[in-house]
Amino acid sequence: MVKIIIDGKEVNAEVGDNILDAAAKNNVYIPSLCYVKGEKCLGTCRTCSVKVNGNIMAACTIPVSEGMNIEVNEPDVTDMRKALVELLFSEGNHNCPSCEKSGRCELQATGYEVDMMVSRFPYRFTPRQVDHSSKYVWLERDRCIFCQRCVDLVRDKETDQKIFSIKGRGTNARIEIDKTLADKMPAEQVRAASDLCPVGCIIDKSQGFDVPIGQRKFEIETIKERALKGSIDE
Amino acid sequence: MSDSNQNIFERYSFDRTRLMDVLWDFQRRDNYISSNNIEDIALCLKLSIDDVKETLSFYHFFLDKPSGKHHIYLSNTVIAKMNGYHEVKQALENETGCSFNGVDKTQTFGLADANCIGLSDQEPAMMVDEVVFTQLTPNKVKNIIEKLKQGKTAEEIANPKRYASNTLDYVHAIVDSNIRTASRVLFKPERDYKKILNTLITTTKPEDVIETLTESNLKGRGGAGFSTGLKWKLGREAQGKDKYIICNADEGEPGTFKDRVLLTESPKDVLLGMIAAAYAIGSKDGIIYLRAEYWYLKAFLQQQIQDFRDNGLLGEQILATTFSFDIRIQMGAGSYVCGDETALIESCEGKRGTPRVKPPYPIQQGYLGMPTSVNNVETLACAGRIIEKGSAWYKQLGTPESTGTRLLSVSGDCTQAGIYEIEWGTSLNSVLNMVGAVNTNYVQISGPAGDSLSVEKESERVFCYSDLSCNGSLMIFDHTRDILNIVSDYAAFFVEESCGICVPCRAGGVELKNKMHRIIDGKATQLDIDEIKQWSKLLKGTSRCGLGTAMPNPILATLKKFPDIYHEKIIVQKGPLLASFNMEEATSAHELAYKNLVQKGAE
Repeated sequence: MVKIIIDGKEVNAEVGDNILDAAAKNNVYIPSLCYVKGEKCLGTCRTCSVKVNGNIMAACTIPVSEGMNIEVNEPDVTDMRKALVELLFSEGNHNCPSCEKSGRCELQATGYEVDMMVSRFPYRFTPRQVDHSSKYVWLERDRCIFCQRCVDLVRDKETDQKIFSIKGRGTNARIEIDKTLADKMPAEQVRAASDLCPVGCIIDKSQGFDVPIGQRKFEIETIKERALKGSIDE
Repeated sequence: MSDSNQNIFERYSFDRTRLMDVLWDFQRRDNYISSNNIEDIALCLKLSIDDVKETLSFYHFFLDKPSGKHHIYLSNTVIAKMNGYHEVKQALENETGCSFNGVDKTQTFGLADANCIGLSDQEPAMMVDEVVFTQLTPNKVKNIIEKLKQGKTAEEIANPKRYASNTLDYVHAIVDSNIRTASRVLFKPERDYKKILNTLITTTKPEDVIETLTESNLKGRGGAGFSTGLKWKLGREAQGKDKYIICNADEGEPGTFKDRVLLTESPKDVLLGMIAAAYAIGSKDGIIYLRAEYWYLKAFLQQQIQDFRDNGLLGEQILATTFSFDIRIQMGAGSYVCGDETALIESCEGKRGTPRVKPPYPIQQGYLGMPTSVNNVETLACAGRIIEKGSAWYKQLGTPESTGTRLLSVSGDCTQAGIYEIEWGTSLNSVLNMVGAVNTNYVQISGPAGDSLSVEKESERVFCYSDLSCNGSLMIFDHTRDILNIVSDYAAFFVEESCGICVPCRAGGVELKNKMHRIIDGKATQLDIDEIKQWSKLLKGTSRCGLGTAMPNPILATLKKFPDIYHEKIIVQKGPLLASFNMEEATSAHELAYKNLVQKGAE
């Protein structure tokens, strides 16, 4: 155990935990779109940025250490987290009302959590191609936020090869699916990959809408409540 | 599978971490990497096809479709644009019958732009296959293309005297080194490497080497300025089955070319530095990560390594001691972000050049997860001198805090572009005098990622780590140059080179680039300037690596130093319409249609 300070309050944290997990265990929510608890840190979305001893750092990338002074609710960095979520909304094409993932989407939920109303950045309406060539997976590239969860965490069971990958770089980057390997995915793995995707980019073709549009109930539980519940229960 | 393919895989022992080399071998054989071969590569290296494409598509110089027999890349830096880039580009299109980003009908020429290729002292310059041509004019282009059409190779044209590619004459035939100052620390000719190394290995302990380096106060010359002695100390203490020394020869910062010249004129100083690092840390393997823009240096460097091996200075049991160390060259393939040490390591492992999450740092877990010391070419060359002459000798030069000398790659509006070895502590003013710069308005130091200086306000500033901690690039612009265009060019450069793995750099960079266009187009208001400042904070604060944090630098610095050039472009909103809204433009289509109809009616 080490002692750390979160927003002025001294709390205990377990050695080896990153700031994001340590904060959650102390009932402090930090938004995040790429980090998956218990998996290797991806550090791509940067929406968990907080101030650590005065410097801005992504909370999922930094292990806690004794005396660390962490500011989560500091106004500048709070606005930066919001700005990053807004950037994602303006970079991709996110039409929540017609999205299969609406109500179960981490980007959407995080948008609410950071109090986003509209993106401060101009919407780009970048044309992106949908890939529906694989048997079970619908790849809706409009919604991809390049978190790399699928790239790093979804593997072919037999060969341990990547099923999803990124082609190109920078603004030309796009998510790809290996059709041969994807067509071998068992139904549970397809479902898991779709659930792992923080947006509606990886869609399970067999599933579609859980509940028809117009009958869905949202915000039964906020993403903040979900994140904290899992941690404090431990 | 063909025997030829089999040979390539055998050359790299079917090792997936050598994917960069495998891709290069295929491309050099076939001129591109075909989808059949991508399948073969995937199969033999036990990767998925998309895995291979992931790496291939990341690098500017890897081609996955036929792109002509000769690949021509014209350097499109701001310096090139000041020296006739547009005319040369036009000439290239005319002579080859091919437009940029395309291939001509006969499949002979493929044309494309390239970001800085390390020849700012002799722009316009272009890469043709694996050599370069410098100081181009439309006539020179015509001549080169004609010869290529006649069936000559680029190498034969650049090297008419047919020097062997592993000789210094060969390199000199292709490019000039343009060293403008007398040697202080670097470029010392005729050194007895055997004697220096013998003294090092037989009379000093590794700890003493680290002590000497620490004492010398040598700091990393790549830009970050981390103490070399401390890095090696951490490397020695780090736990690992193997340890690695990597020489970062990926100088991609626009305007820099000092490493090109060091590797040409003093390659053995760099090798010596690597050996000293290996001895200090306890490493057996070294890698020189050489940018693909410097292909023409590869055979020459390989020969330098071989000379050392032949003299017992590299390889097993160096100088009959128990110390063994060898070096291989890893070619890059066109990516600026690979200059970041963790991205460079990823690339060495055959992957996309995306910077890793830190911690852990390479000195703890680097290449193949093992402790790795990544050092800049110039740092290693300095280290090679310090172990010979001692720290006291080195500290006589420079200032107490910034010891020794610094190589400057000088380009732009001056009479003597080239390499200058200055003592730390020299002022900007004296450098400008030294290089023959007159009427200078603006200087960009350390490349686009660095700082923009107003000569009127800052000529007394001094090159040292506490003031101008320059990474070696110095681009000079006189009063005739349009600063906004230069800054806009830099913004586009960063967007092109962003790896795209983190949100602020990938998505935010585009916003900054668009803002610059808006300003130049005369459509920006004060709000745009305020947003640039605000959004820059986001990029600086939250980006994953130095590329994203540096992206806003040229805009922020020029906004501060040259506020007038921005304010002249700003428009003020009058009335309820947005200032960027142009009523005349918006209604022009209607006016035109109306005019046409009326005229038609009249006829």
